[in-house]
Amino acid sequence: MSVPRFASLVSRSRGAAAPALRNAARSFSTTNAIRSAGSIPSLHTFTEEEVMLREAVAKFATEVVGPKVREMDENEMMDRFVIDGLFQQGLMGIETPAELNGSGTSFTAAILTVEELAKVDPSVSVMCDVQNTLVNTVFTKYANAAQKEKYLPKLATDTIGCFCLSEAGSGSDAFALQTKAEKQGDYYILSGTKMWITNSYEAGIFLVFANVDPSKGYKGITCFIVEKDMGVEIAKKEKKLGIRASSTCALSFDDIKVPASNVLGQIGQGYKYAIEILNEGRIGIAAQMLGLAQGAFDLAVPYTFDRKQFGQAIGDFQGMQHQYAQIAVEIEAARLLTYNAARMKEQGKSFVKEAAMAKLYASQVAERAASKAVEWMGGVAFTRDLLAEKFYRDCKIGAIYEGTSNIQLQTIAKILKTQYAK
Amino acid sequence: MSHRILVPVKRVIDYAVKIRVAGGKIDTNVKHSMNPFDEIAIEEAVRLKEAKKATEVVTVTVGSTKSQETLRTALAMGADRALHVEVPESAEVQPLEVAKILKAIVAKESPSIVLLGKQAIDDDAGQTGQMLAGLLDWPQATFASKVELNDSALTVTREIDGGLETVKTTLPAILTADLRLNQPRYATLPNIMKAKKKTIEKLSPGDLGVDVTPRIKVLEVSEPPKRQAGKTVGSVDELIDKLKNEAGVI
Repeated sequence: MSVPRFASLVSRSRGAAAPALRNAARSFSTTNAIRSAGSIPSLHTFTEEEVMLREAVAKFATEVVGPKVREMDENEMMDRFVIDGLFQQGLMGIETPAELNGSGTSFTAAILTVEELAKVDPSVSVMCDVQNTLVNTVFTKYANAAQKEKYLPKLATDTIGCFCLSEAGSGSDAFALQTKAEKQGDYYILSGTKMWITNSYEAGIFLVFANVDPSKGYKGITCFIVEKDMGVEIAKKEKKLGIRASSTCALSFDDIKVPASNVLGQIGQGYKYAIEILNEGRIGIAAQMLGLAQGAFDLAVPYTFDRKQFGQAIGDFQGMQHQYAQIAVEIEAARLLTYNAARMKEQGKSFVKEAAMAKLYASQVAERAASKAVEWMGGVAFTRDLLAEKFYRDCKIGAIYEGTSNIQLQTIAKILKTQYAK
Repeated sequence: MSHRILVPVKRVIDYAVKIRVAGGKIDTNVKHSMNPFDEIAIEEAVRLKEAKKATEVVTVTVGSTKSQETLRTALAMGADRALHVEVPESAEVQPLEVAKILKAIVAKESPSIVLLGKQAIDDDAGQTGQMLAGLLDWPQATFASKVELNDSALTVTREIDGGLETVKTTLPAILTADLRLNQPRYATLPNIMKAKKKTIEKLSPGDLGVDVTPRIKVLEVSEPPKRQAGKTVGSVDELIDKLKNEAGVI
């Protein structure tokens, strides 16, 4: 097997692509060598608690979230009952240690949770995903002890958080952000606007990326922990094509005072934290898109065996068989990419390329699956009586947020260059 | 008053699975989960503990290694510890044998209440609780839709064919849970993690002095006959004629 040798090539050349990989532990090629092939389990292998959690979340999603999905989408508002349910089930602090009121479970457990929720409602799934894979992780990795003790328990038990990086003038080019933070004594004065911020309507804690020294370019970007009552204003709640129940708002900070003790991590290192966190968050979005694809598939395919035309179930026509078999293959491929990226991260291996591949592919598969699901179910799926049209609208964001597909392709290409160019 | 509640649980084919019969046998290579009535029983026991009416909830199952997941689910819902009476996967343990095992467990654990699901959704026998009551010579309140525990007496509302019946029993007693007794909780993630630390004690039927050889032999398993299409009739006379001569029901 050539994998161990290739892995060592990758780990050496990886040193060159520094900023993205600063925190990813080096891949030790020797640990890839396993004694006997028969002992390596498939990616469909989970710990007992991961299995139990998946089933508990699937039940919760079907029974508690399920009945409210259409209503939340029509109202463009997340139901408070659903949010409370997520907190009560311990799903908003999945990796947070138990001493900080979290559930102390694995990253894969978070990924499975996001996937199961997305099978029922991708809006609820992204709320849970941002909380766990972006907000909680930033605190766990970069915050000091006092900040962790103050904020992680709240995030695990009753407060929603959000990740405020993008602005009107800076999306993919995140480092071009304009929000400023000016030091004044024991405070920073934050001024600026943020755009497209998920969870922001319901959030109480905001991780805001602002520049303390624009003359240093992106090396002035700093991460601030901002609480709602420090003066965060919701400038606009967007009306969207999809994931309508998930709040997406423009925020404005009108010279708000943030204590200097709320600087998260090091001053001027915010850009690094943002990139590293988004690498991990990518796997979360891959899981959301995976769940969406599966949810659409599970909705449409049984219907094709009930619906009879020309004297037979439409699912038995060869044309249909070929289509749903193809989509099933792609969903499985997206699943393996996602689970593998998650396990690599858990094992401390470099996973930037794998995470980008998972998110890129899963969002593409989600679009194909959702589109086909509407076609397979036909006219009735075009109405809002069924959820097929919702999956179709929801899938589009997958190729856009947490790194557009073009950015994913670029990330992958850069890594490939370090492996292939002499 | 300290009350220990023993809740037996069974791993069965998940209620949502479409049962298929292949070669005269049921295809068991499908999703399994805890018997829904047993979930209701665990939930009731945990609620009694949370209301401080009971001090400990012990769960037990008779099954193969796979049944361990069912015990973990019970622990994640709030049971304190578990007993696993392990049998080979091919073994078929019937209600009377389960009742005998439970009798031995009762001697070991001294519970005030044994709270079972009213029936398992695979065999629909609905016998184990009643047989256990007979073996132990304990009072039984079956098909419970409401349970009140006060010091040393149980007041139970039972769902019967004619409506509702309220009975009062002394302790110790056997209860079986019916559908409307409660809505079982979802296992929260923190509780799933806590369940990892709870103990599962392993036993064998031999340890308890019970012979689990089945006394009832299953001769045949088949799917129900496929539903036939209906027929439209032109008149009441024709209907009567068909009911009499074709369907043979009058």
